[in-house]
Amino acid sequence: MFLELFFQYLVAGLTYGTIYAIVGIGFNIVYNTTGIINFAQGEFVMLGGMIAVSLHSLLPLPIAIAAAVVLTMAIGALIEMTFIRWLVKPAVLRMIIITIGISILVREAALHLWGESVRSLPYFTGNEISAFSFGGVRVSPQVLWTLGICSVIVISLNLFFKYTMLGREMRACASNRDAAALCGIPTRNMVTLSFALAAGIGALAGAVVSPITQTSYSIGTGLAIKGFTVAILGGLGNSMAAVAAGFILGILESFSIWVMPTAYKDAIAITILLAMLFVRPSGLFGNKEAFRLKDF
Amino acid sequence: MALLEVNNLSKRFGGLQAVKDVSFSVERGMIKAVIGPNGAGKTTLFNLLSGFAEPDTGEVRFRDAWIHGRGPHQIAASGISRTFQHIRLFSHMTALENVTVGRHVRSRAGFVAGMLSLPWTHREEREIREKSLNAMEFLGIAHLAHDEATSLSYGQQRAVELSRALAAEPEMLLLDEPAAGLNMRETADLANLIVRIRDRGITVLIVEHDMSLVMKISDEVVVLSYGEKIADEKPLAVQKDPQVISVYLGEDEC
Repeated sequence: MFLELFFQYLVAGLTYGTIYAIVGIGFNIVYNTTGIINFAQGEFVMLGGMIAVSLHSLLPLPIAIAAAVVLTMAIGALIEMTFIRWLVKPAVLRMIIITIGISILVREAALHLWGESVRSLPYFTGNEISAFSFGGVRVSPQVLWTLGICSVIVISLNLFFKYTMLGREMRACASNRDAAALCGIPTRNMVTLSFALAAGIGALAGAVVSPITQTSYSIGTGLAIKGFTVAILGGLGNSMAAVAAGFILGILESFSIWVMPTAYKDAIAITILLAMLFVRPSGLFGNKEAFRLKDF
Repeated sequence: MALLEVNNLSKRFGGLQAVKDVSFSVERGMIKAVIGPNGAGKTTLFNLLSGFAEPDTGEVRFRDAWIHGRGPHQIAASGISRTFQHIRLFSHMTALENVTVGRHVRSRAGFVAGMLSLPWTHREEREIREKSLNAMEFLGIAHLAHDEATSLSYGQQRAVELSRALAAEPEMLLLDEPAAGLNMRETADLANLIVRIRDRGITVLIVEHDMSLVMKISDEVVVLSYGEKIADEKPLAVQKDPQVISVYLGEDEC
């Protein structure tokens, strides 16, 4: 019984962990190309879920999700073009304040549009009570969908950055913007693209996880904090470390329920975040020396 | 018609007149050098030509288009590649990946195609790899293709940067102090290399401190002093120009 409970918590932790990881990767993608922390990242996850739910009343599920992803990408690109693109060498702090402003704006717009009600997509297969049983550990099919789709996102992002010209060009911009421009790469478009990409993966994760976690206009802020924690824990800019960090946070939160009241669950992320920022801002897997050379 | 024509180019940084009313032209297929003491405005001139800085006044014509005031990526796309005095490679990427990024201006891979990896993107990807490897072979560093670029030796990193510039198949190559930090033998190799690049039909404009290199390979030499052009002649004539000798060659070179 103990062992079954252990695995039950583990699966729950992994599920939340993948979502945190996706948000963390979103932070990293934008951080890598712009050097800023985009605190509106959590709103993309919210938008993905909410738009998919709305569209699902008209369209079949896969198309509704795909459309939600595309729409959120467009919103991400639009946000960058409206608020970030025209800034000439802005201070990092100014950019961060701007993204916080954007996140409030998006949240209020969502409240206006969708109201306060909590929504969710239907289970992709099966329903709330159907479950696979792995030796006594019950796993909802939606958990498998979430783990599967998030793994696909992570793997295809990796392939994209490694094996496509566009992906390499984005990495080139992240590494040295002047030299990238010199190679003929329109670096500003790459920044727009990074926002769109971060918005897209956030939206997909938001739609996929909504049957389990539910979604409402206000989930973005919490996710942004979790995602930021994960990004810091793994080391800013390091997407693969964010995956590991996401699992660590998800599992810690999940097991905390064993020893602490549920209400303290969210405190874990904040505690880790503060501890990391004080003690090891370069992240668990980061290089302290290299970190000193960064502007932020 | 000259390939590159610079007319009355000026650039001021606060109280410093970095480039003042400079005009010259570069004919197709030649190696032209820009020399001058430290602070003469050579690198600023290169930044103006490659779009990293915008001239206050003056014009730059490349082929039949005015390129002054354009962004660096647009100028690169029009056929001018450059290298930097301080090597700027992409870290966390292999040497080959660095060079393939240089192919950007020759590739069509758009955003949607890149995301969906359409069939022809694979064909193009193969071509990008081949051409990039060719450029690396030309510089004799093909065997380093899969090493992390920033882990290579200084001379090898220079070669990677040069391969990246060549991978774009530019019509004109701007080299910013390519011999900086090289020993005598490496400098001699570099001289051969620049001549071979020219022989491939690429016009070369080079900023350089190393006088032996400049005198050996250049067809024409522009001399700058305090942002102004004081000579624009054949190497031999420059060496005899009294004004040049007083501001540049007369000084201790170290």
